[in-house]
Amino acid sequence: MEAAHAHDDGHDHVPSGLMRYVTTTNHKDIGSMYLWFSFAMFLVGGVMALTIRAELFQPGLQLVRPEFFNTMTTLHGLIMVFGAIMPAFVGFANWQIPMMIGAPDMAFPRMNNWSFWLLPPAASLLVLSLFVPGGGPGAGWTLYAPLTVQQGMGMDLTIFAIHILGMSSIMGSINIVTTILNMRAPGMTLMKMPLFVWTWLITAYLLIAVMPVLAGAVTMTLTDRHFGTNFFNAAGGGDPVMFQHIFWFFGHPEVYIIAIPAFGVVSQILPAFSRKPLFGYASMVYATASIAILSFLVWAHHMYTVGMPVEAQLYYMFATMLIAVPTGVKVFNWVATMWKGSMTFETPMLFAIGFLFLFTLGGFTGLVLAVVPVDVQLHDTYYVVAHFHYVMVAGALYAAFGGVYFWLPKWIGKMYDERLGKIHFWLSIIFFNIAFFPQHFLGLAGMPRRIPDYSLQFADFNMVSTIGAFGFGMAQIFFLYILLKAIRSGEPAPAKPWDGADTLEWTHLPSPAPYHSFEDPPQIR
Amino acid sequence: MSQDVKVTNRIMLRKLAVMSVLMFGFGYLLVPLYEKICDVTGINQIVKADEIGNTQVDDSRTIIVEFDSNSRGEHWYLKAIDSKKTVHPGELVEVIYELHNPSEKSVVGQAIPSYGPAYASQYIKKIDCFCFKQQEILAGQTQRLPVMFVIDSSVPDDVHTITLSFTMFEVEGAIVDEKES
Repeated sequence: MEAAHAHDDGHDHVPSGLMRYVTTTNHKDIGSMYLWFSFAMFLVGGVMALTIRAELFQPGLQLVRPEFFNTMTTLHGLIMVFGAIMPAFVGFANWQIPMMIGAPDMAFPRMNNWSFWLLPPAASLLVLSLFVPGGGPGAGWTLYAPLTVQQGMGMDLTIFAIHILGMSSIMGSINIVTTILNMRAPGMTLMKMPLFVWTWLITAYLLIAVMPVLAGAVTMTLTDRHFGTNFFNAAGGGDPVMFQHIFWFFGHPEVYIIAIPAFGVVSQILPAFSRKPLFGYASMVYATASIAILSFLVWAHHMYTVGMPVEAQLYYMFATMLIAVPTGVKVFNWVATMWKGSMTFETPMLFAIGFLFLFTLGGFTGLVLAVVPVDVQLHDTYYVVAHFHYVMVAGALYAAFGGVYFWLPKWIGKMYDERLGKIHFWLSIIFFNIAFFPQHFLGLAGMPRRIPDYSLQFADFNMVSTIGAFGFGMAQIFFLYILLKAIRSGEPAPAKPWDGADTLEWTHLPSPAPYHSFEDPPQIR
Repeated sequence: MSQDVKVTNRIMLRKLAVMSVLMFGFGYLLVPLYEKICDVTGINQIVKADEIGNTQVDDSRTIIVEFDSNSRGEHWYLKAIDSKKTVHPGELVEVIYELHNPSEKSVVGQAIPSYGPAYASQYIKKIDCFCFKQQEILAGQTQRLPVMFVIDSSVPDDVHTITLSFTMFEVEGAIVDEKES
């Protein structure tokens, strides 16, 4: 590692060819690889989503067998969560954290390389599971026992994939925490860090705390399957409900692992295009930390219907509603940041505002689902599907789109086509709502999720939803075109293309950011 | 980066790695913790005798209790002699299940009860049940297994039928004492 660094020091020599990416320890290269990988997985998971929607276009079974449909819902969930959204934000972290805190690179560049290169094998295992005897995993992304204890070897591949993804996330998180805590430029106190860095510090701690628990849960499933243990195997005295408890102890913090970096991105974009500093910076930090802590205490709201005492239901209901308080603080601060700002509406800002509206809507449906008597009715219906797609797609994914448009000039030194970016935004937001808004009605009317067929009364809304989903998918191919066009023939970007942007990567570095930045740390006032 | 930053980074790496290993252990710790919580709060105690107080038979109401059974594995058949009974709340009910082992192998089993509708389970008070202990059944043997229970008089009015179901699971690794019977 030292030798390689000594070689690279002092001049901007970039090794060429494929080996550059295999051996790189540069945070910018690794960040780009994370982002491209997650985009590829986003397309793979998207094809699976469209398979689901195509089957649901009309009632009855047309295109796929029910077992394959189950595999699609399972792999779509796993790939989007672990393969697309999480790596996308780790990509942002890799690119942005060193530049935003004035560090030369991540704390452990070699480990950083390893964290990334674990991902392609894990993704291959997931996709490979489709082609083994017995087919892919069909138990849902939550991997509930007893189905996971029973299915074929596709399930084993999935379990190994999750082990590898978990290792990658834990190593990435250790790297991020160490970088943020030890490598800030002189004068960059914790409370001067850009909010994106804060959100990642909190997220990385969440990951270190809960990814090992998921690894434990799938290891127990594995030993139940092959080594005669009986953690979840009812036939041997195990308890399938216990899996749900362990899974959601991981699973609820996981949804904030996805959401909190998105909060960070939006907290950078909104002030930049409102030309005002972020309103209530300190309260934003504390609100994010409170959300993270509360996320450990509410997991059983995912399982109101498994049969728990009413006292426990009441506790989980009120604790869940409590999360709306810090989340409300954040939404209030974002709105207050825009209040009386000199706002302009370039594409990143549009996505950030789209995030603000639709994430808040998804938050409200989350509050509805927190209420026990309502949830007992809506559990495992399309209402839940609509809820979490509003927070995951219109929340996390829109923040990621906004972040890509926002930082692309810094990353590649060229501007994207503003007109096309705006078209991408409007296509995305219109088709997203066409796809997912009707699912609220389907859920309220009682359509269950993860079922390939449905009663006739659900036909119209499902048809509308499928049309929206295909439109949304096409809009993302258009996004790929916008990216490639910017990379090939974008206008050269100035060092600070956004008026209100004030973090170090805009004020201290040219566009594109040099391969090695902040070898000598900047002085922060 | 300078040499001291490298050292502090290494220390940080070690701490965080230990933290993730501990959290892996915590995942496993959740298993005994879960069992303990169930034990202390009395949730999920389906194979223990219930305590019943002074019961008053409510002759004004009748409830149909259906007796269902499932057997996991090929070693046995479990079946209630009466498939259903009409009972009054508060009345002591006894039913006999018959367990037959047609195979060549002696096995040890454990029956796990289940109720439909699920919320009715709290009103069925089992005084004695073969599910409270493991069953040994020799090759070719047939056993009669009793269940005695009372339906609590506080059972809601809208409960008209309750299904009591047992599933027989093999206890793996248990050794049958051939001499006993």
